Parts: sequence; structure tokens; C-alpha cells
Amino acid sequence: MTKATLPAWASQRVSRRHEKLIQVVLFLCAALSVLTTAAIILVLLGNAVYAPGAKKAFFEQVSLWEFLTGTHWKPVDGPAGRFGVIPLLSGTVMVAVIASLVSLPSGLGAAIYMSEYASPREREILKPILEILAGIPSVVYGFFALKFITPYILKPALGLLGLELGTFNALSAGIVVGIMVTPLIASLSEDVIRSVPRSLREAAYALGSTRFDVSARVVVPAALSGILAAFLLAFSRAIGETMAVVIAGGQQPIATLNPLRGAQTMTSFMVHASTGDSAADSISRMSIYAIGIALFVITLTINLISGWILRRYREVYQ
Amino acid sequence: MSGQNAPEKPATSFISGADQLIRRRLLLSRVFAWVCRLATYSALAVLVVLLVAIVYSSIGRLAPDFVTNTNSTNPAKAGILAGLWGSFWLILFTALFSVPVGVGSAVYLEEIAKDTFLIRIIKVNLANLAGVPSIVYGILGYTVFRTSAAALAVLFDGKHVIGVLGLFKVRLSKLPIYEDNVLVGALTLTLVILPTVIAASQEALRSVPSSIRVASLALGATRWQTIWRQVIPAALPGISTGVILSTSRAIGEAAPLIMLGALTYTSMCPGSIDSPVELLTKPTQVLHAPLDQFTAMPIEIYDWSKQPDSRFTQVASSGIVVLLVVLLSINSVAMIVRHYASRRLRW
Amino acid sequence: MPTISPGSVPPSVAGVDRNLDMSAHPASIQAKHLNFFYGEHQVLFDVSLTVPERSVTALIGPSGCGKSTFLRTLNRMNDLIEGARCQGEIFVEGQNIMDPAVDVVLLRKHVGMVFQKSTPFPKPIFDNVAYGPRVAGEKNRSVLADLVESCLKKAALWEEVKDRLTSSAMSLSGGQQQRLCIARTLATNPKIILMDEPASALDPASTDRIENLIGELCANYTIVIVTHNMQQASRVSHQTAFFYKGKLVETGPTMKIFTHPSEKQTEDYITGRFG
Repeated sequence: MTKATLPAWASQRVSRRHEKLIQVVLFLCAALSVLTTAAIILVLLGNAVYAPGAKKAFFEQVSLWEFLTGTHWKPVDGPAGRFGVIPLLSGTVMVAVIASLVSLPSGLGAAIYMSEYASPREREILKPILEILAGIPSVVYGFFALKFITPYILKPALGLLGLELGTFNALSAGIVVGIMVTPLIASLSEDVIRSVPRSLREAAYALGSTRFDVSARVVVPAALSGILAAFLLAFSRAIGETMAVVIAGGQQPIATLNPLRGAQTMTSFMVHASTGDSAADSISRMSIYAIGIALFVITLTINLISGWILRRYREVYQ
Repeated sequence: MSGQNAPEKPATSFISGADQLIRRRLLLSRVFAWVCRLATYSALAVLVVLLVAIVYSSIGRLAPDFVTNTNSTNPAKAGILAGLWGSFWLILFTALFSVPVGVGSAVYLEEIAKDTFLIRIIKVNLANLAGVPSIVYGILGYTVFRTSAAALAVLFDGKHVIGVLGLFKVRLSKLPIYEDNVLVGALTLTLVILPTVIAASQEALRSVPSSIRVASLALGATRWQTIWRQVIPAALPGISTGVILSTSRAIGEAAPLIMLGALTYTSMCPGSIDSPVELLTKPTQVLHAPLDQFTAMPIEIYDWSKQPDSRFTQVASSGIVVLLVVLLSINSVAMIVRHYASRRLRW
Repeated sequence: MPTISPGSVPPSVAGVDRNLDMSAHPASIQAKHLNFFYGEHQVLFDVSLTVPERSVTALIGPSGCGKSTFLRTLNRMNDLIEGARCQGEIFVEGQNIMDPAVDVVLLRKHVGMVFQKSTPFPKPIFDNVAYGPRVAGEKNRSVLADLVESCLKKAALWEEVKDRLTSSAMSLSGGQQQRLCIARTLATNPKIILMDEPASALDPASTDRIENLIGELCANYTIVIVTHNMQQASRVSHQTAFFYKGKLVETGPTMKIFTHPSEKQTEDYITGRFG
């Protein structure tokens, strides 16, 4: 049937060109995120791996092997410069591990308490408190670690054991980063624990289990992979955490696993280097991009693994 | 058993015949509950300790003149005014950029897009962007936005820039464009919070029941009319709560701004505007502010906490108090919106 | 010989003659050889049905028989479901609505729909009724006011809400909400109204009002109603179509279907042997 024979009500096709235009604009908004990712990758690669033009990229001056295996990080221009990422990596991992030791038990405990024990009223109070804790800026935690946790809690406590603690130390930085990511673990784990079906709990109670048996022997094991995903996400967040570590952790790139000394993480090096006054295309400046790639790749990998685990977990219970 | 008068347990009862084992299990259960409760309430304790410690150490500097003074090398005079104004301009522009783009993306992904390969890529990509450390956005901002701003500054150097604002033209003569300006910072922060803004808006849109959409379409509304007249109004409280909360996150961000080369020590407010009245009385300055250099509250706090002079500890604490008060008031606005909206709208 | 006694069929609502042979009436909707798929799963098999003008056609059958799917093809609401596919032809007033040249937005104005669950918009009563005309571009306030009044009157709701047109539609009772949805549909000036179990969520008194309303509306509108309630089908419709497992088993004047069904399946369903 041709358009001419359409009855009036069906043929008065209103011009909806502006709707098409709106759709295109909205699509561009959504596509901007892809552009952002592309830009991040291009910027990092374009300065670290291969730079077009006269500028020399970081890895055109330092070998990948030296970068990955070198145990000295001394980002200065000229022959004295040493670019081994191990010290920064060890600092980062140390802070993230300390943060996990703090956040995993407390976050998981909070998640279990809120999903299995707390009354709805109590939960209504606790949830916003955790949200506030998560909303406090990183600088504040850094300041708290440097001016309060280190001098008034850690120093006296370690002093009793006869241990000496630096003003800047990985321990206090790790502790506050742990406090920061606790709400993340708590809320993600709580979601995961809640998605364990009621029937499983009821079956366990019917077999004469105590609450502990149900929580620790039935619910948590059933939710384990989801909790692991939450933990990984928090770990990656801890790796990327910056200001708290910059303020409390110090700026000494030493390959050590002693948390009582200062340590430099990848992020705190980046802040440190960008506040220095080396020239824009000097190798010390370009090293920021190399560290940026390392940070990006590490966090992305952990996030992808976490997302993959979480998807598989959801498939089990849906 | 404690009391001497306790009756002899009948050996046959299956409950009180309860052996040590059951009692131990119940004890374990109770201990476990207390451990979990302790873990939860220790979060509250940390929050209280943190707030008390910071308020306590701010005593000595926290006074009205702390918010009316700009920074100074003298800790008794140092104030946060420049940071307050810097944060104000940053958030203003960050919100201006991120709200339309973020809500637009969410509307596209939730209401318009079909489940194609490209859309799935966009969704996976958004989830991953949310996990990128904010400092990486700082590198991006430094390399892309700051460099572009520098190029623009060269382009306009020495020439007269004509800014058109509404109906009147303002001559911005000899106003330099800085490469580390407010807009560069706001664009970077926009990228940082965009994934969160999108996710929050998507969630709000998802909570609108689909019956509303179907009913609207059945009445002969187009897809866009349905979105604009029904879905967005219904999702608005949720969207605004989510947007406010994610934007407020940008107020506390320091790392990407430091990467950009934001000023750590300055006594100048952007556009030299240092009181709200001047927003109205100095239109030229208002136009200049986005292109001016800036600092922000978290950056000043960082700078103060690095100072060896211990009196700056008071200054940093005072700065934190101001920052937290600003954050808390913004968050309570979000809570109020959520509270009233949940009362008004019931499905 | 009637298989079921006519006395057991409840009396019809005013305005509906269930013995009328509608075949002579001009057709409003003609579905021809309709097949419908959700992905690989076929839900309608070769359905052909003619709906006469200004009459009520009831679609009955057990759950999952395809009656709702059929109803939703008539204003192409199924387009909204991803993976849905339709073959065959549906003529609405002589126009094949499966034709890609047909604008679904205009089609839906012409073929209104009322849903099982009342779906008032969370807005004032007035805005609910004025929504259709407004999205069609009507801006004149007094035109809208007249239209809202006449539609609410047609939907027998005017007397109950005339003093509170600005209060939220959510404040109405379930039955009032459903009549509001009918008024809202009338405001788009349709020729055909599709009703998907419009009274199944309502109490008996509200159901009664809706049924009487259908009897009044069919003087001016063609109505197709899906219902689970056979009593209701027999009360409100001129014509009844019985669906079973995606096939149209039988169609005819309501009185005939309820007293002399020609198919065994229809009789079994109507006498309550299954479904």
C-alpha cells in the first residue's frame, strides 16, 4: 500500500526530526565514556611507549626490563636516574595489604551484622554512618593518620614493644586507607550476603543451627565468591588511593616491606613528581606516564577479575 | 550449675539434657554476634574519634576570620577563603558539565538504547571507568585539557577577547588565560565523577515502573515525550539525590587537581572575586573567573598539613572542619530531597 | 438443541444485544492470518478475526492462550518487546497497520488501550486526562478543560472528581483510577479501545461500574476486551472469541458461544471443565 492511500489518521506523520536529533545528542553523551577511555589509553601510551615527533617517550629511554625489575627508583634527569618500579610497587602493595588487613575483617563483620543481626531500625542508622565514613575526603584521612594515629596511637603502642616508628610510615597510611575502603567492602558484601536465598538460611535453622552456624557456615560460604569480588574491588581502590598516602606515607622510594618506615607508592610518586619543577618533556616527568600505565593496568585487571567473579556469582542465585 | 536449690535435671529431657556441646555452640554464636557488632560499631567509633580529634586540634585557629582570610605564611592569619571560592567555581562548572552529560547518558542507556554490541561495550566501559583511580584522570587532564588551554592562551595572547554573555557584551581586555584554570580543573573533575553520576541516574530511572512508560506510549506519546514528560519527572528526586552525592565527592578530590598543577599556595580567589556581592557587581571578573588560576579546599589542607611549623596543624584542622561542614550540608540537602520525595511518590 | 441453557447466562448490561448478528456490520478491525513469535517461541497461530464497528468483542481463554498478545498487536504495543515478531495482516479501518509507513504513535492515538492494572501518572487528575491531547500538541487551556470535562463525564467519573481536579491521581480509589485511565484514553479521541482485563483488580462494585460503562461506550467506540471472567464476557460483549493455545478456536455472537458453541473445546471451557 502506498502512502497516498493511507487514511488521514495514519498518514499525518508528524515531523519528529528533533526527536532524532535529541537521540543523537544523548548517544554522544553515552559514547563520551568510550572516548574518555580511549583518551586515557592514548595519553598514557603516547607518552610512555611511543611518542610521535621530537619528544622521546619513557620506554624509548628506559628499557621495560629495567623498569619492571629495577630495585632503585631515582627519577632524576641525566645519568644518575634509576627507574626501577619495584620500590614503588612494594610501597603500594604494602599499603594495600595493610588496608586489607584492616578493612576485610571490619567490613565483613559489619556486613554480616547488618544483614543477619541488626534490626531494620538499627540498619537505618548504621548505613548512613558508613556512607559518611566513605564520603570523608582522602586528605582528611591523611591528616588524621599523620597528626593523630601516628603520634598518639601507633608511636606509644609500638614504643611499648621497643619498636621505632617514623613520622611518615606505611602503617598509618595503610590503616586509614583501610578505614576508607571498609564501607565499600561492607556495603558490597552486604548486598552479596542478602542475595543468598532465605530458603538456605531456613533450611540451616531447621537443622538446629545456631545463628553463628548459619552465618559462618552457611551464608558466608555461599556468598564467598561475591565477598571475594567485593574485597578485590576494595583492594584496587586502596592501590589507587592517593592523598592519604601522600600525606601520611612519606616520599622515600625504598624497596622494603617494613611498614614502620616511610614508603612511596605509585600514586604518591605521581603527586610528588607533578609538584616538582622539572621540564615538561624531561624523563623524570615522563616517568609519571609509565607509572600511570602500571597503575591503570593493575587496577583495571583487578576490577575486571572482580566484575567477572561477581557476574558468575549473580548467575548462581538468579 | 550455680544455685544449690537448682532442681535435679531430668535426664530424659532432650533440651535440658543439653550437653556441654550445645552450650558451647550457643556461647560461640553469642561471641560471634558481639564480634560482628564490635566491627560495625568501631566504624562509628572511628568517625567520632576523627571528628573530635579534628575539631579539638582546630581550636586556636578556627574563628570567623578563618573563612574571610586568604592563605598566609603566618599561621595566625592563614584562612581558607581562596580555597572556598576555588572549590565553589570548580563545583559549579563540574556540575554544569557533568549533570547534562551524565543524565543524558543514563537516559540513553536506560530508555533508548537497544541491547546491541556497542551498547554493551559502553556499559562495560563505564563500569571500568568507575574503578580508574582519580589520579589517572589527573594525568589525562594535565596532558589534554591543560595543553589545550595553553594553546588557547597563546592564540588569544595580546588580543581582545570578546565574551558574549546573554544580551550584553563584555570586553575582556588584557585578561590573561591561564593554562591551569578553573575550567581545566572542572573538566577533569567531570571525568572523575561522570561514571558515578551516570550510575546513580540509571538507578533512579530504573526505579520508575515500566507501566508508566507503556501507558504513556499507549496514549500516543512518542518515546521522547514519554521520557521527558513522565519518566524524567518521576525519576527526578532519585536523580537529584544521586547527582548531589556524586558531585559532592568532587569537592574533596585533591589528587587530580594537584596533577593538573593547581596552585597549592595562593592568596587570590579566581577572578579576584572574594565576596558573593561581587558576583553581581563585577560582571567582567565573573567572566574571568573560569579562566583564572585556582586552588581548592582539599589542596590547601594538603599544603597546610605538610608545613613543618606545628601551628599549621591548627590551620589544617580548621580547614578540614570547614570542608566537612560544606560536605555535610550538601549531603543533608540530598537526604532531605530523598526523604520528601519518598513520601510524595508512591507506586 | 442448546448444549447450555440460556437461563444460566447472566443478563447483559444495557446497550449490548448479544444475539445481534454482526456480520453485516462494517468491520473496524480485520486480522488476517496472524502469526506471532517471541524469539523462536510462537504464541499465535494463524489467527483471523473480524471486529465489527461500535461493538464489544470479548477475547476469552485460559492463561497463556495468546489473547492478550493478540490484543496488543492491534495497537502494536508488542513493538516495545525486544525479539517480538509478527506475520500476517491487520486492517484497521481498511489500513494495514503492519505497513512500515504507518506511524505507531498516530496508530496508538487512534487505537486506545486500558490496562489490567490502573496506571495513573503521578500527577494531578486534570493532567492525566489532558496528557494525550497535550502530547498531540494541544496547548489551549480552555479547549483542554472542556475536553477533560467531557471525557470524565463519558467515563462516569466527573461527579466524583470535579472538585479536586488538581489533586494527585494517586489519591483516587482503585476503581476510580481505572475509570480515570479510561477517560484518559477517550481524550485522545480514539475510534477503538482495547481493554486488557480492565476490571480484574477491582472489587465487585467497581467492576459493575466499569461493565456498565463499556455498555455505554460501545455506542460510539469499537471495544475489544480481554477477560478472564466468563460472566463478564457474557455480560458485556456482542461477540466472543475463544482462544486456546495460541489458536482462535471459535468466534460468534456472544449468546451463541455461551449457549450453542460449535467446538467441544469451547464448551469445555465455558462449562468450566478446564481453564
